[in-house]
Amino acid sequence: MRDYIIRRVLILVPVMIGVSILTFAMFNIIPGDACVLRLGFGSTPQTLADCREAHGLNRQLFPVKIDSDLPFINMHAVAHPEDSQYGGWLWDIAVHQDLGQSLAEGSAKVSTELRHRLPITLELMIMTVIFALVLGILPGMLSAIRPNTPIDWLARVLSVLWLSIPSFYLAILLITFGLLWFGWTPPQFGEGYVPFMDDPWVNLEQFFFPSLVLSVGIAAVIMRLTRSAMLEVLRNDYIRTAWSKGLRERTVVWRHALKNALIPVVTLIGLQVGALIGGAVIIESVYNLNGVGKYTLEAIIRRDLFVVQSLTLMFAFVYVSCNLFVDIAYAWLDPRIHYN
Amino acid sequence: MAREVALPLEIEEERPEPRKRWKRVLSTARKHPLGVFGLGCVSLLFFCGIFADLIVPYNPEATLRETQTFGTLVDAIKPTDTRLKIAGATLEAGDNFDIDGERMLVVAILNSSGNTTSIQAQRSSSQQAHAAGATLELDTAIANTKPSWSHPFGTDHNAKDVLSRVIFGARISLLIGLTAIITGVTAGGFFGVISGYFGKIVDTIIQRCVDILLAFPAVVLLLAIITVVGDEDSSVRRFIARNTPLPNGEFLGIPTFLDVFIVALVIGLAVAVFTTRVVRGAVLSIKENVYVEAARAMGASDARIMWRHIFPNVAALVVILGSVLLPVAILAEAAISFLGVGVPLGTPSWGADLSDEKSRQNMLEGIWWPVFFPGLALSLVVLGFNMLGDAFRDLSDPRLRGSGLGGGGGGGAGGGPM
Repeated sequence: MRDYIIRRVLILVPVMIGVSILTFAMFNIIPGDACVLRLGFGSTPQTLADCREAHGLNRQLFPVKIDSDLPFINMHAVAHPEDSQYGGWLWDIAVHQDLGQSLAEGSAKVSTELRHRLPITLELMIMTVIFALVLGILPGMLSAIRPNTPIDWLARVLSVLWLSIPSFYLAILLITFGLLWFGWTPPQFGEGYVPFMDDPWVNLEQFFFPSLVLSVGIAAVIMRLTRSAMLEVLRNDYIRTAWSKGLRERTVVWRHALKNALIPVVTLIGLQVGALIGGAVIIESVYNLNGVGKYTLEAIIRRDLFVVQSLTLMFAFVYVSCNLFVDIAYAWLDPRIHYN
Repeated sequence: MAREVALPLEIEEERPEPRKRWKRVLSTARKHPLGVFGLGCVSLLFFCGIFADLIVPYNPEATLRETQTFGTLVDAIKPTDTRLKIAGATLEAGDNFDIDGERMLVVAILNSSGNTTSIQAQRSSSQQAHAAGATLELDTAIANTKPSWSHPFGTDHNAKDVLSRVIFGARISLLIGLTAIITGVTAGGFFGVISGYFGKIVDTIIQRCVDILLAFPAVVLLLAIITVVGDEDSSVRRFIARNTPLPNGEFLGIPTFLDVFIVALVIGLAVAVFTTRVVRGAVLSIKENVYVEAARAMGASDARIMWRHIFPNVAALVVILGSVLLPVAILAEAAISFLGVGVPLGTPSWGADLSDEKSRQNMLEGIWWPVFFPGLALSLVVLGFNMLGDAFRDLSDPRLRGSGLGGGGGGGAGGGPM
């Protein structure tokens, strides 16, 4: 098991290096660097030069030196990799935990912004997962133990409906018709985010609807998977044994069947982290939540490349780590899986 | 000289009578009403998408205006000035009206009480004063009108017909979805077959690239790429505009065709990454078959083996992947357009119409139709694809009835909150 974990972490290293190179290349090889995009093509050469100087865009891109003595192209590493743009970017992240500086005047460092915004996005995601589990597993289980009954039919129709309605549309509908029909508005974030520790009730109120809306799509996927996994498990011999021992239905379903049926669900939640991150970008902008997702979108719209670059890298890192964690959890949960 | 000989040979083919076949289709349809519903939604999408310009009642881009006779001029406060009092008219700044054959433009609404509105108007040339009692003809932009017979889905704040926009939205969704799927699945199939067939270093290089691209959450990858290539001045855009026959301006009734096409290509890239991985897995097992070895023993080239022996065996998989990913691509376009980084502003795309700032503000005041209908269309299309997919799954494997297991990672279309 330990070897398996170490091996999986080691595989991750080249992937993350590749991700960082791709992210950096994507935002820096385009014509018109960050300063040009920021200041516009019509800016004077002097302001452009100042901007480039201030943000270190005069340095070389990658920490390699290329001797193009054809027919051979020799590439070798330079003595101070942190003096290049790419090297400096990674160096600051790894050594100083500094994700860079926004191009906008007077804006805070990315790391400082993240310190305020990460708790919001994290809470949104955690609550979403909790909602998705409750809304997904219970109906999925019910419809599997009572197949082809009205309950089953209802759960299946619900799941396909939930799967199909885009979260941003659902959010808009809830906000609008809540107001038009019931005169109800969701708690506003304009006054700011209330941490859970300060006032749990207000905090949960703030997050209830965004996470509910975000969870619906994931819950549908979980429901469908739980149902099919449960149906599969219920056909097993050991379940028949449990029935023939005269155990109560509750015991058979909860203690014998559900545990095994949930193993694939664990993997699914890991896979849904990507959808969660994408969903957070969307839902935070609809509900005006000042989280990381909204920050990303604002940076994209302002073409603030340094911020987008660092955030993209961070999202990829989180996503890959979650998948790794889920793989390990999966191997740990299911003794039938060999880790070699 | 060979003589033609009529051979008394009749091939008895076991074909069900047409009537029986129809019966079977009908009974299948009766067993899967949701599948039929899904088929209906999907057919409607294709119908609206293909024939959009023939069936739209109005031009989705045009500001709708109408000339109406409105009440009478109650009072010209100062005949030479430009203040008029009008009874029974609903006016907005920018409207034109004719009074006794003279065109006037509403500059501002001063106040409005009951059915009398005070306005400030600009007259063109004549200084002629108007007597009270003259008939007013108003040429107004019909913005934000409720759904009615002439505008079944109402009009939006730009005085554009929502139904026409929804129908054109189907064309944009279909165009982006199909372009993304065709390019993505072709590229993915190509790299997947090559990667799986050659193995070794080719496989390693391609699969590590796939690993890297799969490390990004889908929406984040799309947003990042669009930040780079979606710009007016981006090199990709300029390259496509210069070196491909794609029109730079309006095409197929879509004003910003090139931008829409680039969005489709970006989504296609994400599709390609996923397809490459899946196809490669299938090829790994197919190439172990004896017939591949036989072909190689007969001296067939690698290209021939891949094209004639391996590709036909993954073709079905590729088609299935394409049909599963089509609603995902449509949804992805709507999501990024909703975020304001997809198709350009004003394009009649469902996602863009949903995100319109003014429409959403109006929605809170009760004008729900400009946002409600595009979203409904989007939801119905995705729902249709999902239900159709479920029905097909049931038909092919009754064991999995309604489980939705086949979707794998995405779990059917949607992939949750996207």
